[in-house]
Amino acid sequence: MRAIELADLGRAYGERVALAGVTLTVQEGETLAVFGANGAGKTTLLRILATLLRPHHGSAKVLGHELPREGWAVRGKIGFLGHDPLLYRDLTARENLQFHARLHGVRFERVDAVLDAVGMSARADDPVHTFSRGMLQRTAVARAVLHEPQLLLLDEPLAGLDPGAAALIDPLIGGGTRVVISHDPTFRGDLALGLRGGKVAFCERGATVDDVRALYA
Amino acid sequence: MRRAIGALIRKDLILQRRTPEAAPAMVLFSIGTFVLFHFALDEREVSGNLASGILWVTLLFAAVLGINRLFVAEREEGGFDGFLLAPVDRTSMLVAKATVLFLFLCAVEVFVLAAFAILLLGPSLQPALVVVLLLANAGIAVIGTLVAALAIQTRARDLLVPLLAIPLSVPLVIAAARACAPLLTEGGAGALEARWLAVLGLYDLVFGLLAYAIFDFLLEE
Amino acid sequence: MFGRGLKTLSLITVALIVGAFALVFFYAPNDADQGFIQKIFYLHVPLAIVALFGFVAGGIYGIRYLRSGDRLHDLRSYVAIHLSLILAVGALVTGSIWARGSWGVWWTWDEPTLVSFLIVFLLYACYQPLRFSIEDPERQARYAAVFAIVAGAFVPLNFTAVRMAESLVHPRVLSTTGGSMPGEMRLTFIVSLLGMACLFVTLWKYELASKHATFRLRSLKRKLANADDGFTPNPRRSAAPTL
Repeated sequence: MRAIELADLGRAYGERVALAGVTLTVQEGETLAVFGANGAGKTTLLRILATLLRPHHGSAKVLGHELPREGWAVRGKIGFLGHDPLLYRDLTARENLQFHARLHGVRFERVDAVLDAVGMSARADDPVHTFSRGMLQRTAVARAVLHEPQLLLLDEPLAGLDPGAAALIDPLIGGGTRVVISHDPTFRGDLALGLRGGKVAFCERGATVDDVRALYA
Repeated sequence: MRRAIGALIRKDLILQRRTPEAAPAMVLFSIGTFVLFHFALDEREVSGNLASGILWVTLLFAAVLGINRLFVAEREEGGFDGFLLAPVDRTSMLVAKATVLFLFLCAVEVFVLAAFAILLLGPSLQPALVVVLLLANAGIAVIGTLVAALAIQTRARDLLVPLLAIPLSVPLVIAAARACAPLLTEGGAGALEARWLAVLGLYDLVFGLLAYAIFDFLLEE
Repeated sequence: MFGRGLKTLSLITVALIVGAFALVFFYAPNDADQGFIQKIFYLHVPLAIVALFGFVAGGIYGIRYLRSGDRLHDLRSYVAIHLSLILAVGALVTGSIWARGSWGVWWTWDEPTLVSFLIVFLLYACYQPLRFSIEDPERQARYAAVFAIVAGAFVPLNFTAVRMAESLVHPRVLSTTGGSMPGEMRLTFIVSLLGMACLFVTLWKYELASKHATFRLRSLKRKLANADDGFTPNPRRSAAPTL
């Protein structure tokens, strides 16, 4: 089954075109790796897929549903991890996750399970504003996978994590269908999308490290 | 939708308990304003129209403080995105926030009215005031949530909230102040006039339905 | 696309306005109590009525924008509210002059229409600042539409509340709705009102045509300049809608 189908997808902010002409298909279980310099349109693409932004041009189909018309059917099936951890700073990690569990209709046992999985059980009852960058990221990952999403949208998921924490997170965010924004040229996906100035520089299965490096040149 | 509203209200109440910002500020602001009125008017005691006017202007300005803070956590800590990613009805945000603002106003008014009775008011407080307060609070809660949601994504949030909220609440203040005036009159309270309650009810109804219909558009990106 | 029929409309407007002024000065009788100053009524009341309809029209185009997402509706709403705001200032100034002429004061709280107008004016005066403080044009249009709808619903509610607050305490000083106007006055008033309404529609259409043409020109210029090159965004922020 096709998890993501984009045809000539575009988005503008006023007159500034942030993304244009993205056409690709991601099969279920595959990883789409997105590369590009700052401002290349990576985040815009991710937010469109997460139903947080409306596409202005072309069409986007996620998990078999047309965006933005059927966005309601997609929400709840995607796990989104952006720059922002999307956690309230004055709530504890557990309260934050319980809040999201209520919104998603997930049982509270699952909250303890994911907190344990990201190694945050010991600090679960501390307010989020006392967390370090890495702990924040781990809690954010726990939030993103809380409702066992079918599709993960990840913006540099390992940013700010030490190798130990990265190893802990990896099984949680690996395996399923994913879109991963990365700045690591050696990162391998089934399909690689390179963006430059909102336009597609390459979109192929066999992109090399040199292809990716050329984006930042 | 009930599930989402419950989650949002609960979250806001926990946040407010942990870092009490808005409600205590609203109470302190109101008391400070009463002191100002005492000196500015050079009155030891007020009653009737004057008392009613002082009370409602003070309450409205205090409400503006709360309205300003209503969505700050959502905007600055990613609450909007987190909420929009969940498979819930977006109108639940309106219902939850209006309920929270309503509860805040009720809690604040308990203290503010006590302070008003001690500091400025001549006659004693009448229980019938509660009806006016509840109806007016509902209106302020609805219009406040709308204004806060309109202003939160703009650059000039702190300016726009009072600029929008004050003209929009003129009918509310007219009705609430006129309804309260006979209750605050010296020497035996007058009757509550039904037509002012009707205006308050109409205001709540019109803006409640309107907010329900258009709130979604303020959340979309 | 906005230019069609504009010439005819302009001619009708000029004819109606000239006719209205002729009627006001040479046909309508002087008011028995107030004398000549009462004739400002033929300017003040049409200004107020047309401005109110303009505000409500802005709200209706706001609804249409939210339903369709068509930016032209946003432009229509914007221009309607902008023009109405100017007329509202006119109504306030003429009302104030009238109050001075008749009662010797620049402002009177006994006239609910005038008071309501001040409140409505204060609310709509926030429309431009609201638009200006939102950078993303799509969001700007959406929020402006929400504002236009809320404010459009507020206008009648506000008039009801203010009228109840003022007119039940004091007797109405004069009836502006024209229930007991003599025939000559009524005819003059109707022609003035029609003239003002036509003036509003004409100006609205001119402004729409002008804005639309400007956008078209800009987009064509951009195409010429940037045929191969990247894109340079407009550096200036604006409260006006962009297409």
